[in-house]
Order: sequence, then C-alpha cells, then structure tokens
Amino acid sequence: MFYREAGDFKTSYRDDGQTFPIRLDRWGYYAVLAVAFLVVPFVIDSYWANAVLVPFLIYAIAAIGLNILTGYAGQVSLGTGGFMAVGAYAVYKLMTAFPGVPIVIHIVLAGAITAVVGMLFGLPSLRIKGFYLAVATLAAQFFLVWLFNKVPWFYNYSASGQINAPERTILGWAVTGPATSASAKYLVCLVFAVVLAWVARNLTRGSVGRKWMAIRDMDIAAEIIGVNPLTAKLSAFAVSSFFVGIAGALLFAVYLGAAEASEAFGINKSFLILFMVIIGGLGSIFGSFAGAAFLVLLPVLLKNVLVAQFGWPTDLAAHIELMIVGALIVFFLIVEPHGLARLWALTKEKLRLWPFPH
Amino acid sequence: MEFLYASEILLNGLMAGVMYALVALGFVLIYKASGVFNYAQGVMALFAAMTLVGIMEGRVPFAHLINAAFGVHVSSFGWTVPGLLAILLTALVMVGLAIVIEKLVLKHLVGQEPIILFMATIGLAWFLEGLGDVMWGADVKMLDVGLPQGISETVETATNNWLGYGFFIDRLDIWATVIAAALVAALVGFSQYTKQGRAMRAVADDHQAALSVGISLRFIWIMVWSIAGFVALVAGIMWGTKSGVQFSLSLIALKALPVLMLGGFTSIPGAIVGGLIIGMGEKLFEYFIGPMVGGATENWFAYVLALIFLVFRPQGLFGERIIERV
Repeated sequence: MFYREAGDFKTSYRDDGQTFPIRLDRWGYYAVLAVAFLVVPFVIDSYWANAVLVPFLIYAIAAIGLNILTGYAGQVSLGTGGFMAVGAYAVYKLMTAFPGVPIVIHIVLAGAITAVVGMLFGLPSLRIKGFYLAVATLAAQFFLVWLFNKVPWFYNYSASGQINAPERTILGWAVTGPATSASAKYLVCLVFAVVLAWVARNLTRGSVGRKWMAIRDMDIAAEIIGVNPLTAKLSAFAVSSFFVGIAGALLFAVYLGAAEASEAFGINKSFLILFMVIIGGLGSIFGSFAGAAFLVLLPVLLKNVLVAQFGWPTDLAAHIELMIVGALIVFFLIVEPHGLARLWALTKEKLRLWPFPH
Repeated sequence: MEFLYASEILLNGLMAGVMYALVALGFVLIYKASGVFNYAQGVMALFAAMTLVGIMEGRVPFAHLINAAFGVHVSSFGWTVPGLLAILLTALVMVGLAIVIEKLVLKHLVGQEPIILFMATIGLAWFLEGLGDVMWGADVKMLDVGLPQGISETVETATNNWLGYGFFIDRLDIWATVIAAALVAALVGFSQYTKQGRAMRAVADDHQAALSVGISLRFIWIMVWSIAGFVALVAGIMWGTKSGVQFSLSLIALKALPVLMLGGFTSIPGAIVGGLIIGMGEKLFEYFIGPMVGGATENWFAYVLALIFLVFRPQGLFGERIIERV
C-alpha cells in the first residue's frame, strides 16, 4: 500500500532519474545509513566486528570492484587476489615510508597504484576475450603473489616475510595496529564502503558505465557505434582495480594487521570474490553487498550450527561449506543468473503491486 | 657438460609436459564436444585419484561425516582391492559422475553463454573438491597402483656409456609418456573409426545439425564427460603416484589452462604440443633465469608465457581462427 510511486510527484529530471525513485526505498536507505553510522558503532563488540561486519564491508568493496569489471564491462577476471595483494603491499610500503602522512591518503594512493597495475594487466584484454582472458588474468594472480614473496624490498626485508601494519591514527583514534577498537575498524571500513559504493553507482549509470555495458553486450557492435574499446576496457580495469586495491589495503591494514602474500591473497580469494559477484548478481551494486554478506555469513552460520550445535569437527564443516558454496553457485547460475539482486528486484516489483496484482 | 645438464633438464621438462598434456586433453575433449570450458577437469583428476585410493584401501566413504553425525567410529571395511579392479570401479564412479553432472547441471544450462557455463564449472569444481574431502578425508594419501618409480638405471647406464654423463630420468615419467601416447592414439582411433566417435565429432561441429540427423546430444555429452573423467583418472593416477594425492593436485592441474591457450582449445595435438612447450619452457626458465630472480618461477611462468603468446596469436598455435561478426 505504501510502496508506490503514486503520490510522489517528480518536478525535475533530476528527481526522476534518482537511484531510489520510490519514497519508501529512499527512507529505507537513509534509515540503513543512519543505523550503520549512528547506532552500530556504539553497540558493536569485537566478535561482531571481526567475524562479520568488517570482512563484510571489505569484501563488499572488492566485490563492487570485480562487479564493475565482470558484471558491467564483461571482462572475467580471476586475478582479484593478486590485485588485492598490490593494494596491501602498496599501503604497507607507503605507511612505512611516509609515517607522517594520514593513513586515508595512503589507502587511496594504494588504490591508485593498484589501478595502474590493473591497467597494465588489462592491456591484453584488447586482444583476448572471454575465458581466454579469464585464464590470462591468472597470470596476474600467480605472478604478483610470487613477486611479493620473492622480492624482499616489498616486505622491508623482514625475517618472516610477513608484513605488519604499524599503528596509525585518524583524529587521535587508532585505526591500524593491535590497539584498534572494534568500532574504529568498523567505521573506517564503513566510510570507505559507502563512499565507494556511491561513486560506483554514479559511474555505472553515467556515460562511462553505459560504455562498459555496451562493450559487455557485444564489443564489436559497441566499437561500431563509437565506443572506444581501448578507453572503455582500460578504464574498467583501472576503476575495478582501484576498488579492489582499496579493499586489499583495508583487509591488510585494518582487518588482518599482518599478512603474507600467498596465504592472504591466494587464488582462493579471487574465487571467493568472484562467487560473491555471481551469487549477489552480475551488474548490480546492491548485489555486491548482498553477495558479500551471504558468503561472509555462510561460514559463520555453518560453524555455529555444525560445530557449536552438533559438535562436528571444524575441518568437516569447512569441507561441507565448500560443497554448499559450489552447489549454490551452480544453483544460482541455473535458476537465477542475475543472483540475489534480481530476486530482491522481483520482490520489490511484487510489493509495488501488492495487494492488487491485477 | 653444461650442455648435457641443460638437455637433461629439457628432457625432464618434456616429461612433465606430458603430464600437463594429460590434463589438457580432458579439457579439449569436453570443449570440442559441448563448448563447455570445464574448469573442474583438474578437480576431477583429484577426485578420481582420491576415489581410487579410497577404494584400494577399502575406506568407508563419508566415514568422517558418519562418525560425526552418529557418534560411531568407522574408518575401513578391512579389505584391500587390487589396483586394476579399483581402477575399473573408479572409472565406473566417473561415469556415474558424468551422468549426474549432465542431469543436474548441463541439461539446465543449454544455450547459456559460454562464460556462464565456465563459471558453473568453477562452482562444480568447488563442490567436487568438498565432496572428495568429505567422502575420503583431506589427508595426503599415497597412491601406488604398481607403476614403476625411481631412477631408470637403463637410461642412466646407456647415456653414461654413450655420452659419459648419466641422465636422471624417473621411470614413472617414461611410463607416463607411454601411457599418454597410448591414450591419445586410442582417443584418435575412437573418434575417427567408431560410430559413436563420428557422432561425437558431428556434435562438435554443429549441435543443431547433429540433432537433426538423429544424434542424441545428451548421450554424447554423457559419453564425452565420461571419457574426460577417465582421462582425469589417468592423469590423477600419474600425478598421485608422483607427488601423493592432495589438494595441490588440482593446482597443478590448473596449469593445463595455459597449456590449452598455447595449443588452442580445439586441438588435441595442440594440447600435446602446448604441454611439451610449457613443461620444457618452465624447467629451462627456472634453470637459467630462476636463480637470478629468487627461484620458484614455475608458479607463474606458464601463465605469463601464455599471456604474452596470446597477445600475438589469440587463437593459440593450432586453434581455429576466431572470426567475429556483429
């Protein structure tokens, strides 16, 4: 009854083209933001932050990044883990080289460095397509991780080969290092996630995003109608890698605190992010959040049910999780190739007509 | 002496290449017949090897799960199955797997874009990996079906007498080469001279035309996936005997992907040649360049080589020319 466009009169094109055209949606969006910023930081404890909310926000950023490349521009990438490693090691080098500069600038710069690396590995996409490209991005994955393991300069010649985030503060609050409080971690990630999601949403519905989608739907046809494939594909790689790099920087500096390239940014991370995008929905910002939430919550849930409830061993639960995730991927691709985002959209469509669907 | 040492490495690289080619072969078969780029081929090899070990040692499938769910302690039936019989049983399991995959996955994805199918096989790979672990446990298993292993003295003495330097070649590698050659010959013979083989090639050529002359697409797909399962089994036996049955097997199998890109997705000889080039190239690169950059270049050399190569020739060495139309 309340979920309608009716009665909400738009008086300008700007109003008409906004992201949430329905009033209830808009309110819901503001309400979620208000709760996320004003309520959650005060009630959050370290279990919720470390097990659920912080990884959710970080993976959501990475998923948005991959979604821009795969969902919007149609270039499948299996190198996400490698690009996250670039972001992590870039922020580490910057943090240790310029301790006086605020960390936020470091994180953004790490994203920019990753964008450059991403463009470099995106160059072959001008010649290679489809799963040829997917396999070619594996080169980025394996090469980058190897590079960070083998060249001591990247981990500042530390004996363990690990990188450790030194303590940095924003406005006097520690955001990296062991003394960081749960709410500080959460707030940093939340700010980045919200700002980046807003940027992604507005990029993808503007002319840049339309070019990406034209390339995705058929690149030759797009070229003929005047989309330059060079700039479109490389910009997709750059923007996507920027997001992924920031996610990698946050994952290392804020969430993990210490990382080792092959362990934290291995090929499994690439697949995890890809699965988030598939389950959440290709070509949807909301889907990236939904997919990230799903795949962050699933292991926590399974662990709570199987290990805590039934008393099953943890390794068995981990294997069953593999099976469930794999089966879900296949299930989603068969039943709903557009993922959770599409299901959400269908629900809203039904709600719009409820209770008189005819 | 330097030269002889390098050629020994080259030869060993060739042998490793045969192993890659074995996995790549399974990819090509499925790709040609159904247009599906089967990412799960590597995990299928792992799964086949696990099943083989499980059957040979008489392990109870899902023992871990049963123990956890019912609080009992079962682990083994208490018998052992001879190698050959176990291989046959495992082959049957792989056929069963092919049927299940066709019924549950492929049937529903007919006509989807190739990239969707590719991602579905990634999901399949995860599922199979989890299933293998739940069924047989995730421990590193030793696999011994009676293939000879260790240094081949015959080759060593022969080369020692001839060149004054004994080549070190693993007998398993020689066997793998022989078996791979036999497998390829059998596959070529099958696809050229039998009725089903001809039907398979027809399907590969054009799905609709094949359907219209009365070839059952679904039967052919089941057959092709079964054959690919069998090829995976052979590859799994070889790799499993060499380095134990463990998760890293599926990562080694991932290297079949650059092999394929190099050789072209649609060509069986391409898979072999690509395998040999990659196997050889990565060993030589590791030997000459590796020490300068810190070693372990085998992790990425194959991928980077394939990437650079593809930029110049997107269809691979032997692949069909890619023609694009609007």
